[in-house]
Amino acid sequence: MASLIPCPHCGMRPKEEFTIRGAVPDSRPAWGAPIDDPQWFSAVYLRTNPRGRLREHWYHGAGCGRWLIVERDNLSHAVHDVADARARALAGDRT
Amino acid sequence: MSSRRLPEGGLIDRSRPIDFTFDGHKLSGFAGDTLASALLANGRRLVGRSFKYHRPRGILTAGSAEPNALVTVGTGGRREPNVRATMAELHEGMVAESQNRWPSLRFDLGAVNQLFSPFLAAGFYYKTFMWPAALWEKLYEPLIRRAAGLGKATYERDPDRFEKRWAHCDLLVIGAGPAGLTAALTAARSGARVVLVDEQSLPGGSLLGERESVDDMAASDWARQVADELDTMPNVRVLPRTTAFGWYDSNLFGALERVQKHRAEIDAALPVERLWRIAARRAVLASGAEERPLVFGGNDRPGIMIAGAMRTYLNRYAVAPGRKVAIFTNGDAAYRTARDLQARGVEVAAVIDSRPAVSGASAATRTIHGGLVTRSFGGQGLKGIEILGNGKYERIGVDALAMSGGYTPIINLACQRGGRPIWNEGLQAFLAPENEGLAMAGSAAGIYGLADCLRDGIGKAQAALGELGIKPARFDPPKTTEEAGTGFKALWHVGESRAKAFVDFQNDVTVSDLGLAVREGYGHIEHAKRYTTTGMATDQGKLSNLNAIGIVAEARGKSPAEIGTTTFRPFYTPVSFGAIVGANREKHFQPVRKSPLHGWAEANGAVFVEAGLWYRSAWFPRNGETHWRQSADREAANVRTNVGVCDVSTLGKIEIFGPDAPEFLNRVYCNGFAKLPVGKARYGLMLREDGFIYDDGTTSRLAEDHYFMTTTTAQAAGVMTHLEFCAQILWPELDVRFASVTDQWAQMAIAGPKSRAVIAELVDRDISNDAFPFLAAADLTVLGTLPARLFGISFSGELAYELAVPARSGKRVADAVMEAGAKHGIMPYGTEALSVLRIEKGHVTHSEINGTVVPDDLGMGRMASQAKDYVGRAMLGREALRAENRMQLVGLRPAGADRLIRAGSHLLERHAPPSTENDQGHITSACYSPALGHHIALALLRRGHARHGEEIRVWDGLRGEEFPVLVCEPAFVDPRNEKLHA
Repeated sequence: MASLIPCPHCGMRPKEEFTIRGAVPDSRPAWGAPIDDPQWFSAVYLRTNPRGRLREHWYHGAGCGRWLIVERDNLSHAVHDVADARARALAGDRT
Repeated sequence: MSSRRLPEGGLIDRSRPIDFTFDGHKLSGFAGDTLASALLANGRRLVGRSFKYHRPRGILTAGSAEPNALVTVGTGGRREPNVRATMAELHEGMVAESQNRWPSLRFDLGAVNQLFSPFLAAGFYYKTFMWPAALWEKLYEPLIRRAAGLGKATYERDPDRFEKRWAHCDLLVIGAGPAGLTAALTAARSGARVVLVDEQSLPGGSLLGERESVDDMAASDWARQVADELDTMPNVRVLPRTTAFGWYDSNLFGALERVQKHRAEIDAALPVERLWRIAARRAVLASGAEERPLVFGGNDRPGIMIAGAMRTYLNRYAVAPGRKVAIFTNGDAAYRTARDLQARGVEVAAVIDSRPAVSGASAATRTIHGGLVTRSFGGQGLKGIEILGNGKYERIGVDALAMSGGYTPIINLACQRGGRPIWNEGLQAFLAPENEGLAMAGSAAGIYGLADCLRDGIGKAQAALGELGIKPARFDPPKTTEEAGTGFKALWHVGESRAKAFVDFQNDVTVSDLGLAVREGYGHIEHAKRYTTTGMATDQGKLSNLNAIGIVAEARGKSPAEIGTTTFRPFYTPVSFGAIVGANREKHFQPVRKSPLHGWAEANGAVFVEAGLWYRSAWFPRNGETHWRQSADREAANVRTNVGVCDVSTLGKIEIFGPDAPEFLNRVYCNGFAKLPVGKARYGLMLREDGFIYDDGTTSRLAEDHYFMTTTTAQAAGVMTHLEFCAQILWPELDVRFASVTDQWAQMAIAGPKSRAVIAELVDRDISNDAFPFLAAADLTVLGTLPARLFGISFSGELAYELAVPARSGKRVADAVMEAGAKHGIMPYGTEALSVLRIEKGHVTHSEINGTVVPDDLGMGRMASQAKDYVGRAMLGREALRAENRMQLVGLRPAGADRLIRAGSHLLERHAPPSTENDQGHITSACYSPALGHHIALALLRRGHARHGEEIRVWDGLRGEEFPVLVCEPAFVDPRNEKLHA
């Protein structure tokens, strides 16, 4: 895993400042969706676990306190993109 | 023993003699010596015993790859085993001891192992300690453990400090040899931020041990001049005595600086070692190359040394290796050793060159081309060698032998991130692959000539600067004198040898061990390594790995390219635990959190308990109480009859603001919060997305758009993170903000039938039951002017309040509470009594909310709203979470005579034998109840809600306890909540 993460708010910071929640689910039912929506199961439990690029929710707890979407490669350990998750969500990317 | 010190020369300071001891003998050296050079100067050739066979061993190298000369240095808590004598700088009063010998270095009983060596070959442990299995633990493990390890670590506390630091640079240069120095100087003069690390005490690397000149001055003087220039530049940090040990993602390097290991007196203001994390935009690895030993019979006898190391001892430390020296080589480099020895008046008896014909290198002495050294003679030091030349064996007397088996470029760091080394047929060595951000320079890149190395450093630095967009300064390579050639022909081992020929000196691995490994099917290099342990000692095979690969390749009839290498991993050289731990030891192991009321509790005689990072007051002994139960029982009973005060400041506290705060809270709690009026508090249950309970607590509405949330102590940070996740990712359209204020408020619970009378004296408003009922919440002032918050909240089940005041006023207000309560019999109570009170009332904590329970399991099923969506709602609807045979919260009381009930015990039906199938649940919390006069417990019991009144059994297999209990409802005290509204 990358040793340094370019936080969009704080700049290059050591990975120890962050906590990782896990991969961003492929989809998540809308708020208020019926409880028998089959998407709930996959949103909570299923992850594709790809070899290579993946997107994860990271929390910069020892920095700006923002949730981030880190796109990284679990093979090469390269970090491709780090974005503010709320900004992404407001732009319609809510998973 | 006669001195081997030459009358003049060397980079030692003869005006500063240094006294030290080795195995109790008083010896002396000079400033600038290493322990190894000082031992050699004192004529000490035998310095250690080998690991397996306890063979006598001497000093093989002059650097960090040393496999033999491992000693224990220091006394008391500073005693450090397995120090390489070649890296230990001599200091006044140094106490050094040899290792792995008993009773003494010269007479070592362990050497008897050599007689059994036919049985101690590779795979010995695997074959011998297989059966019978009954002996594994009793006999084999103690035996193996006793034989394992070299020096013995101290059990005493390390008195010294260690620290960690970050550094950032444009260019990190690793190694201050010829290539490293020109690389660093090029980048420094170009204005780049440069860090230069080098493991030696002086800059120069190989230049320190050679007689070449650079820019018309002695090479070591040139190195000093460059280092001096670097030292004056503000954009450069030079770190001597610093080993880069690891290369990590994001071009991050780990390096260990030995700040004070070379000092006689330790300055307590400084660390002894400093662990650097260096974030480098680009790096140049100019780590040099190791000269390999030659593998022939008896190649480990003290007096046999690497040829380049012999030059270093001669030129840098002014130590003659012997009176009469022979040189065994397969390349041109060792001819320099012959030349330098003769220049210092040491007799060179012969150069034995394994190559039939040589061009370019010659020695002014007898030279045997196509010759081999087949064995060595002598007891604990070399007396002679056997030579095979022109088909004839010959024996000559020498007391030192230099050997040169070709160079191994030091590529370790460049291969630590998964890159595989690439075999170079011309160099007969592995080179590093192309890496992003890290360039190889000098002999680490397989460039062996001095002028070429100086030029390569400049080129690699300029290329790196170019990638960074920094304009490189012009820098002409320094002039050098003509030097020896670099011709060489691989000789992996001398097949004509009969005696033990060592490949890995430290782990006593011989050529025949490797042959055995191949014959027994362990020919893959990773298997051969583990089967024979070659390369697995503390030196990690720096000298031996390539020879081992060559020997395995020959045995399998393949090329070293097909054999490949084993895997390079950090650390390059051993790193002390102290440096890795840094400042995080003892009381600094983790932060200590103290409540704002800590001092108040201390003044009231509290006994503290560690709860995570917090120190919480657990009980307050009074009147000669000697057992915590005496105090806790008194404190709990006093709350039920009078009034008590408890520090609850450790609860997580979060301010929530924003017009959408009501909607937000309504979504994160499973119970309704949308209609909570201003001035009211409410208990809330927070679920995880999978439907299980995450945390509980109270949230109070202080204004239309302002709430104050409390969480459990344990989940304070987790809940904050969860709220941020919900607000930022799930519902970014909601206008809501949070601030963690756990440390800003001192909060105390004042509980008991007389609590209202106590509070009424302190606050500025009416708190009668009508004006301020249970679950009321208000901003108010206490002690006349102090802003405070009062909540009608009870964890004990009694009439109770929680009072929050700014942290700095906590002690003052707590003292005032005690004073106001004096006439009502107020007593402080700690977490033990707090726990008793909440168990009596059937309130849950994380003992019950253990990640497997849903609201209905705790009897709170009706709290989960049917009228709204909330986090966890969908998954909570799953069939299994609504099944009637779930583990459900119940109370337990003794069915017969009272007895201690222990949390963690399992529950069984009355006559069912203990088994996993029959398990009915377990006890989550238990205590003695002063209110009831007997022990009680809370438990998660299968179908518990329907089993009130049933007799079941408690089963504790660890203690062999088994007894009947009665299932009851979890609230033992005031189940109808009448006290809360008194």
